Amino acid sequence: MEKKQSTVWDTIWDFFASVKLALFVLFALAITSIIGTIVPQKEQAVVYIQKYGPAMARIFELLDIPDMYNSWWFVALLSLFSLNLTICSLERLPNVWRFITADNLRTEPERLAKMALRRRFTSALSPTEAAAEVEAVMGAAGWKAQRAEAEGGIVLFSGKGAWTRLGVYIVHISMLVIFVGAIIGSVWGYKAFVMLPERSYTDQVYAQGTNQAIKLPFQLVCERFDLTYYPNGAPKEYRSQLKVFDNGQEVLAKSIVVNDPLQYRGITMYQASYQGYEEFLVTLADKNSGESETLRLRPGQKQQWNKAGLTVGIVKVAGTQSLSSYQLRLWIDDEQGEPSVFWLDSTQTASVARPAATYQVSSKQYFATGLQVVKDPGVWTVYIGCTLMLLGLLVAFFLSHRRLWVYIDSDNGTTRVLLAGVANKNKAGFENNFEALAESLQENSKLQLGKE
Amino acid sequence: MDSSQLLSITTFTYLASAFLYLFVFVFRVPKLGIVATLSAVFGFLMETAGLGLRWVESYQMGIGHAPLSNMYESVIFYAWVIVGFYLAIEFIYKNRTIGAFAMPFGAFAMAWASFSTQVTKQINPLVPALQSNWLLAHVITCFIGYAAFAVACGLGIMYLLKNTKKDAGEGTLLGSLPPLRVIDDITHKTILFGFLWLSAGIITGAIWANSAWGTYWSWDPKETWSLITWFIYAFALHARFTRGWGGTRIAWITVVGFLSVVFTYYGVNFLLSGLHSYGSN
Ligand code: HEM
Repeated sequence: MEKKQSTVWDTIWDFFASVKLALFVLFALAITSIIGTIVPQKEQAVVYIQKYGPAMARIFELLDIPDMYNSWWFVALLSLFSLNLTICSLERLPNVWRFITADNLRTEPERLAKMALRRRFTSALSPTEAAAEVEAVMGAAGWKAQRAEAEGGIVLFSGKGAWTRLGVYIVHISMLVIFVGAIIGSVWGYKAFVMLPERSYTDQVYAQGTNQAIKLPFQLVCERFDLTYYPNGAPKEYRSQLKVFDNGQEVLAKSIVVNDPLQYRGITMYQASYQGYEEFLVTLADKNSGESETLRLRPGQKQQWNKAGLTVGIVKVAGTQSLSSYQLRLWIDDEQGEPSVFWLDSTQTASVARPAATYQVSSKQYFATGLQVVKDPGVWTVYIGCTLMLLGLLVAFFLSHRRLWVYIDSDNGTTRVLLAGVANKNKAGFENNFEALAESLQENSKLQLGKE
Repeated sequence: MDSSQLLSITTFTYLASAFLYLFVFVFRVPKLGIVATLSAVFGFLMETAGLGLRWVESYQMGIGHAPLSNMYESVIFYAWVIVGFYLAIEFIYKNRTIGAFAMPFGAFAMAWASFSTQVTKQINPLVPALQSNWLLAHVITCFIGYAAFAVACGLGIMYLLKNTKKDAGEGTLLGSLPPLRVIDDITHKTILFGFLWLSAGIITGAIWANSAWGTYWSWDPKETWSLITWFIYAFALHARFTRGWGGTRIAWITVVGFLSVVFTYYGVNFLLSGLHSYGSN
């Protein structure tokens, strides 16, 4: 399009294609992002009134500061960023593409003679013979050359890494890919939470923020939760043994820990928290028959294992406040003589002999596991974007487009050889390559090069 | 010999080395330069041994993990990367004056970790959220990036200093610094290097967060500040590539960028709060 006819549309396009805008947006994002790291986010309205006074709190509310990263103006800034990136890339890509696909054999000799890296020689061979030799030397040095006749001379060209000019665009597109992934996640995904007591199941979780119930397309069972400590009392591991039932069939069993979630049908269950009750799971196993039963007991409460004709109760509990270690005073009766009453340590398995059978008795505290339940169909898109970004940065920063030409012609019977080269980045490295090539040309005995 | 002794030796060696580099530069006694370099290399080796030994010791305590899990360990690792990175630059560019501007960063990080009452030096077991290889990758990549930015800041200061008297002659103090063009070029390359690693650091951090909590980005202060830092250097790169910024302006950005790095680490841990507060003791 010609400059003169520039319309409103062109002005708008130029505005969004400009790098000045990019600099402004980067600057604005950096500055405004600070706000949300200083003003606490997503607190109740009263918190802001208490902390900053009613007038300031009112301003915060108007500007959505309490949830600034989701505010209209921050999202607008991010949209501007994306639009800028898109239009800027669209504007420039065609030129870059032309550059990459350009026919370098048609570069004019006058331009070669002006390149920063150039070397002139003369040769005793005829131009055609010299060209063949030079081509061989270049090939041996890893510069496979194309060849063409031009304006009374011969041009050899060899280029490497033309595609690396796309590196920057890969970086820019990768950011758009990441945004797309984030949008997919926020439109079609959810983040929810559920507190699932041991030995129970659920197919319902509760959305973060709104607490709205979300139905899962399967049922989730927590078989067991274990909490272990280091000797110094710091928590070592939270472990939930989970099972997934789909249509009444058990389809998956996995014990999850923080950093190793369970995934089924695009939904991921993360170990997030736990809650300990003042209740205990007491497991009894008949040594002979191998049968066993686990009873959930509160202190002062009795329950029956009907099949074995046992009644079991907890008389008393002793232990630390958090029950990280405890002792139970257990009471076991089978109506055949005196009941057994004994202390059982949390780490211990006791053997209890009754007239009818001998039982192995162990216990654990009763827990509910807190699961973060997340559906995020955009994660892989985000990860692909991240990978593209790193690859793009590597290409953009460290790989370059290197081009070498040799122009050979004849001047009053003397064969003249002009070696020229250019690289768009890492010029020092390319200069070394260039010098090395010039040297191997000079040392070639057949060419018999002399300095012009 | 235990790791804390090796690391104390490191601290004093780095301080001595930084002092020597400054001395060599200020009093123009290049003959002593080799002593500065040797002390930096010696300190670096001591620290390498100290970090390795600390790793071994954690296994002997039965809570084995790489020495990158708390404030103390990450800051001394930071010092290690800064000094390693600087020595590489000295080797490549054969110039010791940069040491007077880079080595103090490494020495300061090491000394702060050793002497500050805000950090505990104990080897502690890893709480569940920190038991992740992604976290390791995250800490390593971030700190390589941050180390490059520290060195870039040193170079930026060097540029600004030299720029106050452009025509300083051979024999003068500022004349002994590399030409402005060369400083600018090394600064730029250092920023590129740091930007790549910071990008990798933010990405590995996001992957870690996703594997631990199911959210790769939650705008917590630490994440946000690392992103702010990233925006600042992205700004610098674009200003240079597309608007031809260089020299003084880029030098100032390296200083601002490094302040942002410091805030990401120190400020967020001690002045703000968030998910990463694990590092605050
Ligand atoms: C934080 C986000 C951004 C990052 C990380 C980024 C990254 C980069 C990188 C690495 C380069 C490469 C320079 C090189 O080595 O040749 C570059 C160049 C460039 N970027 Fe960005 N960019 C970002 C945002 C933007 C935006 C929003 C625009 C929109 C206008 C933009 C426009 C450009 C342009 C025009 C170039 C120069 C291309 C050239 O001259 O070859 N960038 N960018």
